[in-house]
Formats: sequence, C-alpha cells, structure tokens
Amino acid sequence: MSPASSKLLRRARAERPGARRGAVLRAWPQYLAVSPFYLLFAVFGLLPVLFSAWLAFHFWNGLTPVTPAGLQQFKFLADDLVFRRAVVNTLIIWVLATVPMLLISLGLAAALNAVRRFRLFYQIVLFLPSVTSIVAIAIFFKAAFNDQIGLVNVTLRAIGLHGIGWMTEYWPIKILIAALMTWQWVGYNAIIYFAGMQAIPSDIYEAAKIDGAGAFRTFWSVTVPMLRPVLIFTVVISTITGLQSFTEPQVIFSSNAAINPNSGGPGQAGLTMVLYFYQQAFTNNNFGYGAAIAYGVFAIVALFALINWRIVARRES
Amino acid sequence: MTATADPAARIATPPLPTKVARRQRVRNRNGWAHAILILASLTMIFPFYFTFVLASRTNEDFFASPPKLIPGTHFLDNVRQVFSSIDFFGSMLNTVIVALSVTALVLFFDSLAAFAFAKYDFPAKRALFGLLLLFFMLPAQLSAVPQFITMIHIGWAGSLKALIVPAAANAFGIFWMRQYISGAVPDELLDAATIDGCGFFRQYAYIALPIIRPGLGFLGIYTFVGAWNDFVWPLIVLTNPGHLTLQVALAQLNSVHSTDHNIVMAGSFLAIIPLLIAFLIFARQFVADAVAGAVRG
Repeated sequence: MSPASSKLLRRARAERPGARRGAVLRAWPQYLAVSPFYLLFAVFGLLPVLFSAWLAFHFWNGLTPVTPAGLQQFKFLADDLVFRRAVVNTLIIWVLATVPMLLISLGLAAALNAVRRFRLFYQIVLFLPSVTSIVAIAIFFKAAFNDQIGLVNVTLRAIGLHGIGWMTEYWPIKILIAALMTWQWVGYNAIIYFAGMQAIPSDIYEAAKIDGAGAFRTFWSVTVPMLRPVLIFTVVISTITGLQSFTEPQVIFSSNAAINPNSGGPGQAGLTMVLYFYQQAFTNNNFGYGAAIAYGVFAIVALFALINWRIVARRES
Repeated sequence: MTATADPAARIATPPLPTKVARRQRVRNRNGWAHAILILASLTMIFPFYFTFVLASRTNEDFFASPPKLIPGTHFLDNVRQVFSSIDFFGSMLNTVIVALSVTALVLFFDSLAAFAFAKYDFPAKRALFGLLLLFFMLPAQLSAVPQFITMIHIGWAGSLKALIVPAAANAFGIFWMRQYISGAVPDELLDAATIDGCGFFRQYAYIALPIIRPGLGFLGIYTFVGAWNDFVWPLIVLTNPGHLTLQVALAQLNSVHSTDHNIVMAGSFLAIIPLLIAFLIFARQFVADAVAGAVRG
C-alpha cells in the first residue's frame, strides 16, 4: 500500500464526509496528544505576549499602581539615543559574527568532506563549544582578553606589538563579543553544512569533472548552490539568535543600571538591544518601557529575518 | 574511530573507477583539510585547557608575564574557595533536577504531539500546526516581563517549577520530531495496527516509540544541554539568592570574586565537567543523529 493511499485510509477513518462533528469527537486522542503544548503556550506564552502589549501602553514599576501612558513609551523609544546606540551595536556585532562564521563554517565543512581518517573526532571537537555553558566561556574570554594581563595582549606585547583595548574601546569590544559568538557556533554550523554536503549526489560532481571544472570552481558552482536550503536555515537562525545576543555582553561586562554610562562596557560599546531591555525591565523595574523595547526588538528581528530570507531565497532565480 | 565505523563516511564514499584512483585522490586533497581541521580543533579545545591552567594556579600567576601555560598545583585550594563562596552542589542539584525533568517531559509531550501531526489527519490540524510555527518565531523576551509577573502571582517565583513547567513542551521539538517521524515510521505498520483494532496511544507506545529512539536521543541531549545552560530566564525568575541553578550561581561567583580570577576559573571549569563527560559518552550517537536529522529535515 502506498503512503498516499494509507493516509487516505486514516483520513477516511477519522473524517467521514458529512460527519464533521463526529470526526472531531473521534479524533480526541490526537487532540489530547497535541494539547499540552497549546495549554502551556496559552498560559506561559500567549497570555504574557498579550499582557506585554497592554503593558507597553502603561507606566509600571511593579510596586505602585499602573498608570496609562498612551503612546509615550513608544515616543520615548523612538527618541531614545541609548536604544539607538544599542541597535547599531547589535547590528555591527551581528555582521562581525555572522559573516566570518558562516564562511569559516563552509570551509570547515569542505575540509570535513575531504578527509576520511579522524572525521568523527573532528566532528566531536567542532561540536564541543556549542554544548558548553556560555557563562563559563564568557568568563574565559573575559580573562584571556583582559587589557592589562590577558593572554592575548600579553602575547601581542611579547612579540613587540601594542596591546589592544579589548575591554575598553569601541571596535575591539564588538570584535571580542563577535569572536566569542563565532567560536561557539562555527563548528555547529560546519556540521550542518557537512551533513548537507553528504546529501549531494555524487554524479553531479562527476558531471562537473567531465566538464573540466577545477576543485574551487566545483565548490562554488556545484556545492554551494546545492547547499541552498541548509544555507537559508543557518542564515535565518543566525540572524534571529545573533540579533538577540545578550548573555555574551552581560557576562563580559557585568554591570547594572541602564543609565550607567558604562553598561555594556565603556561607552556602552557592547550594549545590545536585549541587554538594554533586560536592564530597563529587570534592573530598573521599568516594566512598561521594557515591554515597548521588547516589541521594538521583535520588529527589528522580524524585519531582518524577512530581508534575509528574501535575499537568500532570490539567489535561486 | 576508523572510517568504516563512521556511518556518515560510508554515505560519502563516491563511486570511483578503481580503489587506487580513489586513494590517490584522497591523499592529494587530504593535506590541506587535515591542516585546517587540526588548527580548528586546537582553537576549539584551547579555551577548555587554558581555563584549567588558570583554575590550577594562584591569582598572582594570572598576572605573570610571560603567561603560564602549564597547569599548577592549586586546583584543590581554588575548588575549596569556590565551595565556600557559592552553594555549588546545591545549585548543581537544582540544575540536574531541572534539566532531567524538562528533558523527560519534552521527550514525551513533543514526540506524542509530533506523532499525531505526522501520521494522522484530524480537523483543524493544519491550522494548529501553522499556529505552532508562528509561536516558534515569537522572541522569548517578549513574554519575559509578564511571565515573571505571572510567576509572582501564582507563587512560583524563586521555585524550580517556574523553570520546569513552561519548558515542558516546545515548538522546536514538535517540529523536529514531526519531520523525523514522517520519514522514520512506515505507514503500513500503522495501518496494519489500525485494522487489528490498536488505538492511537498503543500505536504510539508499541510502534512509533521503538522506531524513533535515535531521534529521541538527539532531541533529549539537545534539550538537556539547553536546560543545563539556560541562563536568562533562571536569572530573572530565581529571586532567592540561596536557591539558584549552576549558571546563575556561576554569574554570582563572577561578580563576587571579580578580582580572584583563579577562583572564578575553577568554578567555570567545575561547571563544564559534568556536561563534558555526558557529551563525550553520548557524542558518537549525538553527532550521527544531528547529521541524520539535518539531512532529513
């Protein structure tokens, strides 16, 4: 029996024509099976999202009574220079992290595809950072990139160069955070690309070889286009997670109030959108403004995910 | 660790004219690939090694120039300091409780829902699944504030329930398991079972579960690692400083001992070890499943 006909069989059992109510009742095991997710989401996901929307139009610090704010929170958000700085920071860090990371991942995947010995060992080692606690690793980066005594600057000085203000200067702070993100996720993406390369039929390579394409040409004209679905997946996931970076700057520059000129590092150079949200909502107890920021972040993330999707998906035509 | 034992390697073997030609080609392109992979491996491993070096030395060694790159003898002293600063084993126990409960619940609820979505037709199925994908795209921070307020109102703030119950089923797992089950569980078996009068739940328990065990293995480790490393939500909702998870306790250690780098590094190292051991035990299965899932999905 083919899969299509068997599915029809089960559909016929569950959904006889003209007996929709009966079908609904008869499908009670399926509804019961899918219900936990929807119940949990209604209580802990949907309700909070709706409440958040309401909260964004009010002032509330969690203690005093709620007072209506109208559009003031959003007006303030539009004029908030700190938020604007956080948006710019987040975008710069995202580009600095995502572009090199995905290119290196592609190279690593090609290397994995080319070797046969020790392949599993390489895969495990490459996977390791993505299962490591971000807090522990951020603490390591904080120590290794310390301006005065960190391993990196000590090494730079030892070979006669100047130390770099990894923890104090505008660009180095961003590079540091991007390097941390790259280190943690480059292997994970490489494994995904490698899996995609494994699925490419080998006769396409044979055809390219017969046409006289070199190794590099074959990689760009055969491998990369064939990887498109996987590439789209990694680009979209990297965009959504990269624009919501929070833990990295939070642990490296553990500082408190959002009004602190050094929150997110000196000059707020490492202040990301979500870090700003966290500080406004949970350090300053400014819940109404926090909700407005969260919606701002959501809008920006959704916009970039969409743009990304369009750009990557258009390449096919 | 031989090539033949690696399932992925078997798939990769290109059909080449002769064995000699293949070996020749492999040897020709192997050099650069191994060089890149060894360099990458060292980069991936070095932070773990250097964390241990700093964790086994005094705070003065931290400032030494040239930097010390060989482990010292103070590891146990530093570990003792960690234990006196934070409730390490208490917070580790909390983390184990949370990670195990979340993993067990997610495996059960997600695979059951995914089985219904993958193999059955029922009214409003498409709408329900579309809703699920929409929820998947909502960012977590959108609900953080009200979720925290909800937790305060129902008296769960500060308690582990606040970490376990909302995480008991998730869109990612249902989506992933649905893709996996569609390909892995044959329709013929389910039809035969239906004709024999076997209901939905018995089909799930006796037919689907044994077949999808590798998929559950991947989802299980993925969920466990995520729950173990979760940081933002525990940081928000665990309001009692004496009752924390490991990640939050570690952040606390970092802010209390901001100048005692060796102690902080010792704490970080200890927090990595349990996960590292678990990962190395399951890695073979885990990496193979991740590859299989990615290809299938």
